[in-house]
Amino acid sequence: MILVFIEVREGKIKKFSLEALSEAKRRAEDLKTEVAAVLIGHNVENLASEVFPFGASKVYVLENSLLRNYSAAGYAHALHSLAEEIKPVAILFSASSLGKDFAPRLAAKLGVSVASDCTKTACRDGKLEVSRPIFAGKIFITLTLRSSPQIVTLRPNVFPLMEPGAKEGEMVKKEVVIPEDQVKAQVVEILKEEGAEIDVTEAEIVVSGGRGMKGPENFDLLRELTSLLPQSAVGSSRSAVDAGWIGHQHQVGQTGKTVSPDLYMAIGISGAIQHLAGMSSSKYIVAVNKDREASIFKVADFGIVGDLFQVIPYLKEEVKKVLSE
Amino acid sequence: MKILVFVKRVPDTESKIRISNETGKIIEEGLNFVLNPYDEHAVEEAIRLREAKGGTVTVVSIGTEEAMIILKKCLAMGADKAVLVKDEAPESYDGLRTAKIIARAVEKKFPDHTLLLFGKQSVGADNSQVPSMVAELLGLPQVNVVTKLEMEGNQGVAHREIEGALEKVEFSLPAVISAQKGLNEPRYETLKGIMMAKKKEIPVISFEELELKAEEVASGLEITKMESPPQKQTGKIIEEEPAEAAKKMVEFLHKEAKVI
Repeated sequence: MILVFIEVREGKIKKFSLEALSEAKRRAEDLKTEVAAVLIGHNVENLASEVFPFGASKVYVLENSLLRNYSAAGYAHALHSLAEEIKPVAILFSASSLGKDFAPRLAAKLGVSVASDCTKTACRDGKLEVSRPIFAGKIFITLTLRSSPQIVTLRPNVFPLMEPGAKEGEMVKKEVVIPEDQVKAQVVEILKEEGAEIDVTEAEIVVSGGRGMKGPENFDLLRELTSLLPQSAVGSSRSAVDAGWIGHQHQVGQTGKTVSPDLYMAIGISGAIQHLAGMSSSKYIVAVNKDREASIFKVADFGIVGDLFQVIPYLKEEVKKVLSE
Repeated sequence: MKILVFVKRVPDTESKIRISNETGKIIEEGLNFVLNPYDEHAVEEAIRLREAKGGTVTVVSIGTEEAMIILKKCLAMGADKAVLVKDEAPESYDGLRTAKIIARAVEKKFPDHTLLLFGKQSVGADNSQVPSMVAELLGLPQVNVVTKLEMEGNQGVAHREIEGALEKVEFSLPAVISAQKGLNEPRYETLKGIMMAKKKEIPVISFEELELKAEEVASGLEITKMESPPQKQTGKIIEEEPAEAAKKMVEFLHKEAKVI
């Protein structure tokens, strides 16, 4: 069996968990095995039915009031017991903030290694074979894990959702006992960032600005664009962050975030190698830059050589036109 | 407070990484190696905590003698001590292997150290695994990707970055914390610091001393291939009047790419 951890935030299942489930289903067919999902938390039982259409024939629900807020130790304790009992061949996570925090903790508890942030999976000799970027995508490495269960985290926004199928499956509720002393770090509050409902790693469209933006106030031009486009977020290059024009949480690149949206718009970004590393897996890339020789044009599907301050207002108008059609 | 900071030597982020046709491995020749950028924030935070609350800062790297240069840099920044755990094995990209070595080093050599600081990931392996694994192996709480850290005695409050928000996390020492950019602004080494660092001896610890057996430091990963990503075909680059150019780009996005 392949077990897939389903992430819940604010009472909703994250889309990238369904992507992981869909990918698990594709591999399970090759390996001739089943897929099960696991939900962890408090009052998450009502979400169980949502995973069946995406390939899970079974869903485990691990509930305890101590698991209301995420804690790596608490979650690992709960999932460890289940994994020891049902012995899955692999456990898949999304390489989200939570998945990257949780999967290695569980793996160390099970005494096994992890393949992080994978962008491709296949089967080889009855095992998973995965590919993942290293050096933020300058190099790709393909590997298998020697021990079982094979623990793999999958990059969000890379794996396609399957056509929703079966609406029903089996639900197994498990009593979880969490010793209070297991949870020594507690989330006490979630502080929302103002005006950043969608993170660059989750956005379908990222509009990024670089040194060419000339100042913090001009990022409003990009914000005007993202306000028009659904599921979009403002990103930036490192130089714009280092200059203090925008917060580091927007930074895309090797010391920032790695993104793979459907569309990446690079505005006034020259395309330093450490920036390209963080966004070149985007499905489509467009760029506006006044320097014809800028490296960003080497990875762009469509580029405009020109002054961004002249081009952006027209881009906005054209986007409005298309969206109103 | 006795603080340990774990640091790694990595190629700088401007490096172009190439694979050797012969060995199938990364060509290290000509690469400029530096202290992992996220580790710099961890070292800085440790020094600030010591300056404010007292204690010691010890920096530890797992690697070859070549890691001495980054340990010297940490000493020059203001760390009190530096230690190298000698590991001659090539990069395995296996976080568990590194975590086992670190956990054993802490148990054997630094059992009274209560704050274990890391960078949130190394640039290169990009695993983000080691801090969580060390925390599990030592039975400690973890707070990763931290942009703010406040300590009061044995109690701490950290801000952990997640998608579009921050988690405020309360924890008590001993604990594992990993640093994200934004936690602080790392200081430059001073000339005085560099001179002092030169004089300091850096002890080397062997796997034998840590009683690490060969099977404990074997990689759990089997690497079948390493390759550069395929070169992307250059797209359409136009140089026209802004109005016309913008129109064509949006047309491309709407009709061809179908992303708008």
